Amino acid sequence: MKKKLASVMLCTAMSMSMLAGCGGSGGSETAANTETEAAGTEAKSEAESEAKTEAAGEDTESEAAGTEGQGQVFNIYCWNEEFKTRITDHYADYEKVDATTGKIGDITVKWNITPNDDNAYQNNLDATLLKQADASADDRIDMFLVEADYALKYIDSEYTMAVADLGITDADLSKQYQYTKDVVTDSAGVLKGVSWQGCPGVLFYNREAAKEVFGTDDPAEVQEYVKDWDTFNETAAVLKEAGYSIMSTVNDSYRVYSNNVTSPWVVDGKINIDENIMKWVDDSKELVDAGETNTYELWSDDWSKGFYPEGKVFCYFGPAWLVNFSMAADTEGSIGYQGGWGATEGPQGFFWGGTWICAAEGTDNAELIKDIMLTMTTDDAVMKEIVVDDDDFVNNQDVMNAMAEDTGYASTILGGQNPLGIYCAGVETLDLSNLSPYDQGCNEEFQNAMKNYFEGNATKEEALDLFYKAVVEKYPELTY
Amino acid sequence: MKKKKSRVSGYNKWGYIFLIPFTLAYVVFQLIPLANTIYNSFFENYMSGLKQIGPTFVGIDNYRKLFEGGDIWTYAKNTMVLWIMCFIPQIILSLLLGAWFSDTRLRLRGSRFFKTVIYLPNLIMASAFAMLFFTLFSDGGPINSLLMQLGFIDTPYKFLSNTGSARGLIAFMNCLMWFGNTTILLMAGMMGIDTNLFEAAEVDGATSTQVFYRVTLPLLRPILVYVIITSLIGGLQLFDVPQILTNGTGDPMRTTMTLIMFLNKHLYSKNYGMAGALSVVLFIMTGILSLIVFKVSGNDKRKG
Repeated sequence: MKKKLASVMLCTAMSMSMLAGCGGSGGSETAANTETEAAGTEAKSEAESEAKTEAAGEDTESEAAGTEGQGQVFNIYCWNEEFKTRITDHYADYEKVDATTGKIGDITVKWNITPNDDNAYQNNLDATLLKQADASADDRIDMFLVEADYALKYIDSEYTMAVADLGITDADLSKQYQYTKDVVTDSAGVLKGVSWQGCPGVLFYNREAAKEVFGTDDPAEVQEYVKDWDTFNETAAVLKEAGYSIMSTVNDSYRVYSNNVTSPWVVDGKINIDENIMKWVDDSKELVDAGETNTYELWSDDWSKGFYPEGKVFCYFGPAWLVNFSMAADTEGSIGYQGGWGATEGPQGFFWGGTWICAAEGTDNAELIKDIMLTMTTDDAVMKEIVVDDDDFVNNQDVMNAMAEDTGYASTILGGQNPLGIYCAGVETLDLSNLSPYDQGCNEEFQNAMKNYFEGNATKEEALDLFYKAVVEKYPELTY
Repeated sequence: MKKKKSRVSGYNKWGYIFLIPFTLAYVVFQLIPLANTIYNSFFENYMSGLKQIGPTFVGIDNYRKLFEGGDIWTYAKNTMVLWIMCFIPQIILSLLLGAWFSDTRLRLRGSRFFKTVIYLPNLIMASAFAMLFFTLFSDGGPINSLLMQLGFIDTPYKFLSNTGSARGLIAFMNCLMWFGNTTILLMAGMMGIDTNLFEAAEVDGATSTQVFYRVTLPLLRPILVYVIITSLIGGLQLFDVPQILTNGTGDPMRTTMTLIMFLNKHLYSKNYGMAGALSVVLFIMTGILSLIVFKVSGNDKRKG
């Protein structure tokens, strides 16, 4: 009996160690990744010098290719299925071959999808881009996708083609929201990417809470209580008395402040903290000290508690996708399930998310890239189709304004409200000319460091010091 | 006579042949990277976005930068504090369990079962374990709800926002993960002690406490030294648990930031120069600490 028990235990132990073994191999895979990266960086300096010598030859090459048609393989780098689905559904000439390949006319489209986790997408993209000059025409990246947080890292490099060089004019892009262009404009003012979607953010409030505390859940009247930051913070105190936190966490409002800055994170190689960001610190500290909100991380379990009435959270800041897909609208008992959210503009306009299409320097399919960019991001008919079929907010002011006036369009999660007009209003005023290539790291580290200040583990100066330290670790070329 | 000698050297050849795999693996995977790290630590070499900076020779600039802020000492202190907090309970627990399990007179029932059970936590991946604790001890997590329902506290205790509790959790998790391993090592050492000595002590009328301190511990010394050194090296390389538990921030205010977490920070920009310098410092620290332990515990056989 004893032996049997022991053997059962040993079996469990063994199977568990096998599982652990699986984990281990995963680890070695990442190790392998970093090794290839390392190889990439080493190859880099050579690649750079060669890139210049080759660039001259390439021009003639690509022209020659242009006359007889284009490269036969079209490589697209991205991190999820979203763009692929959009192309499959809305780009008429695209034929699906299998999960990672397709065909447009005679050209084979190859999808290279690396998930975003742990920076894997960027690491992979970096390594491949650095070898771009040495790669054969069929292996070169033709098109890749980026997100706003790190867009400038690629836009501000020689690896991305200017949109104008593809033959796309400003007139073609006139209907796009200005902020979507700001994100992918390099430091010299050259536009280097386009996006088919806009992700304007608004303030989603709990209608029940609004009725209970303000006696109304009408978006226009609720807006009066949150119209600017001073009013917002006064409202927080009122809500606290009724037992509500105004936001789930201080990090909820971070994007709203950081999208409305008047100076970039880095000026002349020196780290610079904008006034509006410091205002976030001061406002947030007051809210936390007064017990009117918390310091949870976004996406944590504690943060999500407010998706349900018991969580007692008054509002969340976010774009359409947040309320449609991320706030437990499918779960019975959640506020979204009951159609209990309302949307209003909130204190300031902002955006969250979105995907930009870039053309890689050295591509042999410039014609095709131009056509995809124009079709997917400027064609009114295609864009309307995307709104209707996929519930996406497209990057086309005419289409969106028309939809906003459409009384037939209503969101059940928002209790029958048509929020498009509110989405449009906030984003038109948004000015994102103050982006820097360091945004991703700065934003992350700033929130991490300030958490210590909010929780009383450090003074403001200590927390700022910590922030500077952390940023310099990430970007050794910066000073403070 | 001549024949015999040639046969011996014939055998010797096999000794060298059998050493080749180890030597090769050691040179390729340990010695060359080690030399490479030291070499790299004298260069400025990192990525700024997609731009490669360097490598340019900067002498001992990286080391100067490393020690300039004095932060490295804070992280070294954190690491040692975490190790000590984890090691002291661990060694006491392991010695106790090892003594019980190896004591033939006690005849503990189900000792095999328990030997397996105490080893189990070590089989869980550290990151999974850390995720579990992160969820358990989050502000609105089960532990907080439990404490609140029992009436110990009114508002959730922020375990991960207080230095003491955050360090305590990390030490506790490490202790839990490694005490089984240590127990088994110590037990093996204890079972290797001649039972005659225990019997003799008993005949002389020694109590079990006396037996433990006067017989078991001194004879266990070589194994103890081994355990301390391996644990110390492991402790200096503490990374996965605090990294996952604090999301890589070492919160609050970097009081749970270990040396390897600091090293990991430099890899964001692939800063091989600084990371190399830090690795070299870590290598020297490990060497010195091991040497101290070695000397203090008097492993020298000649002195007994």
